Amino acid sequence: MVSFTCVIKDKEGLHARPAGMLMQLAKECSSDVSIILSGKTANAKRIFSIMGLGARAGDRLEFQVKGESENSDGALLKTFCEANL
Amino acid sequence: MKKIYGTGASAGVAMGFLRLLRSEERKAEKRHVKDTGKELARLQTAQSEAAEKVNEIYLRSLKQIGEKDSMIFQIQIMMLQDEDFVNTIYKRIEKEHVNAEYAVQQAGREFADRFVHMDDEYMRARSADVVDISRRLIQCLDKTDGKAVWQCAEPSVLAAEELTPSETMQFDKSKILALITRGGSSISHVAILARTMGIPSVVALKNGYDDLEDGMFAIVDGTSGKVILEPDESTKKHYETSARKDFLNRQNLKDLLKSRTVVKGGKRVEINANIASPEDADAALENGADGIGLFRSEFLYMRRDRLPSEEEQFQSYVTVLKKMGPRPVIVRTFDIGADKQIAYLNLPAEANPAMGYRAIRVCLDREDLFRTQLRALLRASAFGNLKIMFPMITSPKEVRAAKDILEQVKKELGSEGIKFSPDIKVGIMIETPAAVMLGEELARICDFFSVGTNDLTQYTLAVDRINDKVSYLYDQSHPAVLKLIRLAAESAHGAGIPIGICGESAANTGLMKFYLDIGIDELSVAPSSVLEMKRAILEREKG
Repeated sequence: MVSFTCVIKDKEGLHARPAGMLMQLAKECSSDVSIILSGKTANAKRIFSIMGLGARAGDRLEFQVKGESENSDGALLKTFCEANL
Repeated sequence: MKKIYGTGASAGVAMGFLRLLRSEERKAEKRHVKDTGKELARLQTAQSEAAEKVNEIYLRSLKQIGEKDSMIFQIQIMMLQDEDFVNTIYKRIEKEHVNAEYAVQQAGREFADRFVHMDDEYMRARSADVVDISRRLIQCLDKTDGKAVWQCAEPSVLAAEELTPSETMQFDKSKILALITRGGSSISHVAILARTMGIPSVVALKNGYDDLEDGMFAIVDGTSGKVILEPDESTKKHYETSARKDFLNRQNLKDLLKSRTVVKGGKRVEINANIASPEDADAALENGADGIGLFRSEFLYMRRDRLPSEEEQFQSYVTVLKKMGPRPVIVRTFDIGADKQIAYLNLPAEANPAMGYRAIRVCLDREDLFRTQLRALLRASAFGNLKIMFPMITSPKEVRAAKDILEQVKKELGSEGIKFSPDIKVGIMIETPAAVMLGEELARICDFFSVGTNDLTQYTLAVDRINDKVSYLYDQSHPAVLKLIRLAAESAHGAGIPIGICGESAANTGLMKFYLDIGIDELSVAPSSVLEMKRAILEREKG
């Protein structure tokens, strides 16, 4: 399993647009992708799950990527998060 | 006369007759079904139909209010296809043997409820989206379910209990003088749309909404959040003047936002925006910028602990390019050093950073950094109208060296089969006296010039603008500085290339006449100054 954290810089938090982009990217990954925030776990391939986290600016998200291509998937997701969240 | 209060969601004053939106939404009837397989099939058909309809609304919304605020419809499509949501509906159909309409309604309520109880105001507003998609699914399942209808011969004040995002898109905006609702918040889609369209709006009237009746005359003050029903004559007169002023301002604003600034002789002057991050691009668009005249790429390197990867850079550039559509985006390659010290680069401290190891000097010395940025930029160029600009140029030799590296990177990408824009425009910042003096030669090897007036002024007058003792000498209008800018313009136009101003003095309306007289082709200012500039130039051209 590959994991990394990402702090949300966007002042609007994990709102519609980045949540949607994140979901689409996660869906393209063959690995399972989970996002953990304050004890809640979300499935990054499901929009309601992501939005249910209620992630706001400054929140630290922990990503867990599991699967055969977890390394490349993880790198891709990490890059995306740093540039867009 | 009665006054009711809510939240001002969109500034301005308007008045007219009330037309209440009648929503003929019926509760979905619960029916027992034997053939659950058939219900599931019905649901699947309805899902694709609903997704198509929402996509149509998305495209319409794009044209009316742009990408940023239309994203919500893309999210609705994702919600329609969300496994959790769909499985909840399927399970209820199978377990309880009920019709799809009912199962959707129940799932919709359950999911909307989750949002309603969230801490974040933005998330709470998302419950409206769940309601929206549920209703749409039910309408696709049961074509007889009434849709909210609001038709009006004359422009009126639209009043509704609640408005879902897709409902707000269906109305003929030209018939709406003002928008008022019982529920909602200042960040709901209704509010966003009202603001973008410049329609005064008051939301969250709550119990006050009970006093509304079809046909009543109302004054809507979207700035204070007040609605006055059946106002007396003096109140009406008082508001009439401000309403008229507002209306004219909004008209002017709408025209300005879309206008192209054209001066005497038919020449077009581009009013662009200076940005330091992808987020600023939204502000640039909202303020009607014709493009991005300066995208300071340093932000990619700052406030972090290591170099940005090519991929990260690429994503940021593409984000901006996509937002700007056909409009040009000029990215200045990183100007690091001097005041923008980046810890992880381990640049040694300097006695004179303003005249030290920075910008193009770092690029030509640390080719690894330069190539990474150029690769990212070239890759991004396939997604929009990108131009590259080199900072701190003092000689044609520097420009040739930089362009050589760019050509090498192009070849590299070509052999990797990666797409890029082959004739991407490359220009330079004119911010040193040397660049001005060699302007003729430089103009022959560049596609454009952009004057960085801040640094040009400092180097020309030998003044450190943040040194209190001498900052009084820093003068953007100093004749020496203006003379140099004039020379640069002559060199540029002599070679047939455009020249822009991207430093602070671009927004100096006192210098506007000078800039227009010497034929400056582009002024790039802070996003919030774009409209002012357009207005100032248009005013001047009128008189």
